[in-house]
Amino acid sequence: MAQEPAYFEFLCRMGDNALVLGHRLSEWCGHAPALEEDIALANTGLDLIGEAQLWLGLASDVEDRGRTADDLAMGRDVWDFRNHLLTEQPNGDFGQTMMRQYLFDAWHVCLLDALCDSSQAHTAEIAAKTVKEARYHLTRSRSIVIGLGDGTSESHRRMQTALDRLFPYVGEFFETDSIDRAMTASRIAPDPNSLKDPYLETIRSTFLDATLCVPEQEFYLSGGKTGRQHSEHLGHLLTQMQWLQRAYPEASW
Amino acid sequence: MYAQMIESEVECEDPQKLKEFQNRIDAGDKIEPQDWMPNGYRKTLIRQIGQHAHSEIVGQLPEGNWITRAPTLERKAILLAKVQDEAGHGLYLYCAAETLGVSRDELTEMLLDERMKYSSIFNYPTLTWADMGAIGWLVDGAAIMNQVPLQRTSYGPYARAMIRICKEESFHQRQGFDIMIKMAKGSAEQKHMAQDALNRFWYPALMMFGPSDTDSVHSVQSMAWKIKMNTNDELRQKFVDQTAPQADLLGLTIPDANLEWDEHKGGYNFTEPDWSEFYAVINGNGPCNVERLAARKKAWEDGQWVRDGLLANAEKHAAKIPVAAE
Repeated sequence: MAQEPAYFEFLCRMGDNALVLGHRLSEWCGHAPALEEDIALANTGLDLIGEAQLWLGLASDVEDRGRTADDLAMGRDVWDFRNHLLTEQPNGDFGQTMMRQYLFDAWHVCLLDALCDSSQAHTAEIAAKTVKEARYHLTRSRSIVIGLGDGTSESHRRMQTALDRLFPYVGEFFETDSIDRAMTASRIAPDPNSLKDPYLETIRSTFLDATLCVPEQEFYLSGGKTGRQHSEHLGHLLTQMQWLQRAYPEASW
Repeated sequence: MYAQMIESEVECEDPQKLKEFQNRIDAGDKIEPQDWMPNGYRKTLIRQIGQHAHSEIVGQLPEGNWITRAPTLERKAILLAKVQDEAGHGLYLYCAAETLGVSRDELTEMLLDERMKYSSIFNYPTLTWADMGAIGWLVDGAAIMNQVPLQRTSYGPYARAMIRICKEESFHQRQGFDIMIKMAKGSAEQKHMAQDALNRFWYPALMMFGPSDTDSVHSVQSMAWKIKMNTNDELRQKFVDQTAPQADLLGLTIPDANLEWDEHKGGYNFTEPDWSEFYAVINGNGPCNVERLAARKKAWEDGQWVRDGLLANAEKHAAKIPVAAE
């Protein structure tokens, strides 16, 4: 199929977003502000790592060159990762982590909802399974963003700082390139730009409740999903995540 | 995982009430939060359940140390789920302790200012991936040995929490053993990691049962109240008897030249751990005491603004809800 290389790229984008964000959340384990939040962060991280296994598993089937999902996760270098820049940003404080999560979840739900109608059955199946988890993630991250935005003056200040820091990464969700055009043409995935208005409407309503100001800007950072230019942070993340596999390449775990 | 160094307290109580209380325990009744209980029973349980809860929470740290370096996606998910389970155990146990009249925040403060302890096993470092196997196999194995009898403990909320915890711990132990099998049957480096992990965790695992019965500060009272169900030495013997054949199966060597089957007693003879090391670790001088407590303090202090923020938000909403007419 002519679309296979593009489909493989698309699946890596889906898988890498879930993998990198899931990894970031797993860094919190044992260090969260309250026991319930520790459990919830780990749970969200687990869902995302499970989702990464599904997308990267499908990517390896589509590629059909003998690379497994683990090979894709543990064997590629920075330039071959296809996650959005937002997902690789450091955890920062709990507010920054939850703001990153909310900005991601709101997009993730929009996209997975649309992918449930994908012309490609495996993609539709994975979307149908994972959208249920993503909706729950969104409910939780939204409620925390509102709770902390409209909490104390300090929590408000921290959440506004987090939003200002992370908002420039949101634009990358809606960029369209040749991979996206191929996916849209074959009705595998929606045009990313078509998700922009519903997304902005969703987050504006949340930030209104959270008493937070959405930055008025048209400046965006991108380069993650195309692999053109990741942030410096991804290399450090991969250094940890891939270390054992790279140190003992012949071993089976 | 396991609370140790429990001292029971016997205080002056109404002898008639004490007698009735003891009769209930002897008859196998469960004591529930609203029931009368001696102060010593309440205090001992708060200390035991609190220390057990703290052990679960501090116990997240040595394994959490490897979540970001797990070698495959599946291993990463399993380890994250496991450490999440430990946090869940902490939550049940804090809830059980709260039924005795102490809040989770109070218990946390007591952990952080070192008025309460946690299991000393978590003051040892995790240095290789095989340590994730050794912890599941040995540490969770020892914890199960301690905890299975506590499912029959006399305090209802504690016994019920232990039933759920034991199910999950058994699963964790199997996961740990699965890692050990993979490592012990793997490359030369993996076998080396597996043996090294066993060498480092064997004696600390034996220490998890507490000091020898002859030196134990545990009183007969805790056994009479069915807060403690077996002696330390009974459980330690049972653990060695169960674990030695498993090490053989793995092709690993338990680091004890005196380990041998004793036909006469129907169990293994083995070397006691170095109890001076045990007391040093308990008193704050283990390899990771400083790091473990610092990590918990940082989480608590860094999280203060979050807890305050969410509480303030909840209060704003509560204030907006109209009070129903009488």
